[in-house]
Amino acid sequence: MTENHLATSHLGAFDYDPAPESASIARLRDAYGLFIDGDFTDAASHASFASVNPATGADLANVAQANSPDVDRAVAAARHAYDTVWSKTTGAQRAKYLFRIARLIQERSRELAVVETLDNGKPIRESRDIDVPLAAAHFFYYAGWADKLEHAGYGANPRPVGVAGQIIPWNFPLLMAAWKLAPALAAGNTCVLKPAETTPLSALILAEILQQAELPAGVVNILTGDGATGAALVEHPGVDKIAFTGSTEVGRLIQRRVAGSAKRLTLELGGKGANIVFDDAPIDEMIEGIIDGIFFNQGHVCCAGSRLLVQETIADEVLRRLVRRVEQLRVGDPLDKNTDVGAINSAAQLAKITELVAAGEAEGATRYSSSCELPSAGYWFAPTVFANVSSSHRIAREEIFGPVLSVLTFRTPDEAVAKANDTNYGLACGVWSEKGSRTLWVAERLRAGVIWANTYNRFDPTSPFGGVRESGFGREGGRHGLEAYLDV
Amino acid sequence: MSTYLRVVSDADVGVRLADPARPPSIASETQLRSVLASLAGVDAVGAEARAAKLATRSIKTASKRPALDTIISMIDLTTLEGADTPERVASMCDKARRPDPHDPSTPSVAAVCVYPDLVAGAKSRLVGSSVAVAAVATAFPSGRASLAVKLLDVADAVAAGADEIDMVIDRGAFLSGRLGQVFDEIVSVKSACGTAHLKVILETGELVTYDNVRRASWLAMLAGADFIKTSTGKVSVAATAPVALVMLEAVRDFAESTGRLVGVKVAGGIRSAKDAIRYLVIVNETAGSAWMRPELFRFGASSLLNDVLMQRLRQTRGVYVRPEEFSAD
Repeated sequence: MTENHLATSHLGAFDYDPAPESASIARLRDAYGLFIDGDFTDAASHASFASVNPATGADLANVAQANSPDVDRAVAAARHAYDTVWSKTTGAQRAKYLFRIARLIQERSRELAVVETLDNGKPIRESRDIDVPLAAAHFFYYAGWADKLEHAGYGANPRPVGVAGQIIPWNFPLLMAAWKLAPALAAGNTCVLKPAETTPLSALILAEILQQAELPAGVVNILTGDGATGAALVEHPGVDKIAFTGSTEVGRLIQRRVAGSAKRLTLELGGKGANIVFDDAPIDEMIEGIIDGIFFNQGHVCCAGSRLLVQETIADEVLRRLVRRVEQLRVGDPLDKNTDVGAINSAAQLAKITELVAAGEAEGATRYSSSCELPSAGYWFAPTVFANVSSSHRIAREEIFGPVLSVLTFRTPDEAVAKANDTNYGLACGVWSEKGSRTLWVAERLRAGVIWANTYNRFDPTSPFGGVRESGFGREGGRHGLEAYLDV
Repeated sequence: MSTYLRVVSDADVGVRLADPARPPSIASETQLRSVLASLAGVDAVGAEARAAKLATRSIKTASKRPALDTIISMIDLTTLEGADTPERVASMCDKARRPDPHDPSTPSVAAVCVYPDLVAGAKSRLVGSSVAVAAVATAFPSGRASLAVKLLDVADAVAAGADEIDMVIDRGAFLSGRLGQVFDEIVSVKSACGTAHLKVILETGELVTYDNVRRASWLAMLAGADFIKTSTGKVSVAATAPVALVMLEAVRDFAESTGRLVGVKVAGGIRSAKDAIRYLVIVNETAGSAWMRPELFRFGASSLLNDVLMQRLRQTRGVYVRPEEFSAD
């Protein structure tokens, strides 16, 4: 009798084959117009630009370039819809539309996930498991508020603001559209939304969904374009409220431009989040939390835990485990279901990351980068950890917005708090400890809008999100998120 | 970009394995307590999230085939029923040796796992094969007997030719804090095993918390376990992915601090190839490729084998066969 010995099998080798999601699921059209008054229309100038797949450099689709006349048209449509339809629609009716949109997002979730991954470069696992489900969840959540606004704590009969101009970033294109549109519509406003120049596509699929949901024409208008389009929207006299998520630099410009006008403003800007690790932290989950904190979405996250503050007593241990874990990250084709870290969104962003990392090396920090092989086409950066970083280094102060972590150490809780607060920003922080009293002591002293305990980068529509200081003002999500869209 | 890249290696950050010649020796219950108390806690939410995230890995055709063979080679084909008969065990042994009689390229399973009285029959049936015989002992599954009785149970199984002993810890002693007693029992059983390999069943369903799982894992390893095993299969909560994750973290960390590699066996409730592949992913990404072999990872299962064989045939023939294609035992 022949025996099959273990040696004949393929033991030990466990390489995951590529498991790519099909790009054809996106069903992208060659060209998209502007979504104004319920229809896709050409830009007045007929100008357009291509949206690029950052993982390959290939063009995905052409989108219209909106200019001032288009902004006029969109704002007029939004105003007309507000005056004639939406302000006369009951809360229960508005809820019906929001529930429909939420369900349609779920129905088309696979398509949306693929579009998001193609256009943004983020791993399909994240767009599939986080971006798209959370976008649907935001619509579901605010659908529930639409007929209960008198119970939101803003008075007996809170009124909407009117026409909201909403400008969103390229890091979570669909999710940020949901964060902006859902509370605005629930509160009874009409909207003009401008997606980011490099990631307009999922917002245009969302426009199709709004048509499918039979949302009245003009209630939501979507204008693709560049910074000039955004500026025209900000300065438009017909807009009652501006909501912006993006860089602190642009946020400053917007605040200057709306100064002296009656426009309301909320800003959700940059960050340099501190992830504070005490020596009694649950170490394995903490390492995962640090990884999620900085490498989630290639670090293109305004609340990223980009500064790791480690208690000195475990600094070597944490760094050793962290570097080992970074080396395990699977970097590559964003459509591959097994990819952990995808492509950098644009050449400009890659240049910024590269420049700051060079500064980190020049300033004397110790660099560890994953030895992963990077694709030759498209924009890529290997996950990187800097040790021996001091608070004065540029990589400890400036927002890198990429897969780059700066590790600093502290001795006492006081020093941890002081270092965490030693920043112009104030969006998010994390605290890792098994000792609840210490976590609360630290959290009370941190100047940041969001503080996570023993977790990081967790989002939920019921929870308010927003910053202090140069990270902006105003809250999105939860009951608090209604305030920005109510006349209170 | 490549000019910026620097290969990260263990040497980069000063990893040093402890001298394997000097494993930590435990001299007293006080010392044992302080070692276990020094272990980091487990955040339950984080551990479960990590396990769920690893479950999303997609293992497709070309990587699935070797994974299926690896799973077969890691199975402890098990029957632990009062109704077990020598004939049933003999049939199981034949299947363990040649899981798919139509396909000689199918690997044998790692071992058969039976009650001590059936060891001798299994042993003789498996002569000339690579399949080991494992016996559950120490008043399995409850462990409710005196140490003397447990040691006799082990001695019986070893005398009958068992290559591996699957013992249970005294969960009552562990949960009530009599850690020294649990430790001493494992040490005694290990010594009674002689050359037989010792798997220590923690019965994690009764330990309830992940912190307990981590401490019990370390306790068993410090006491000399060759394997730590999740469950008897006789308690309603058996192996789960987060428990396996915590135990694999324990063996990885133990290897780093002592240089000794301890195996992990998941048992109870693992019935599909899909579940088993998910465990392999956790092994691969937690303890690492060193554990991807039957010497260091096992599945305690019975019906799992047939599902893996069906999946394997699906790979070679391109169609699913009926379950009846394979024998039940």
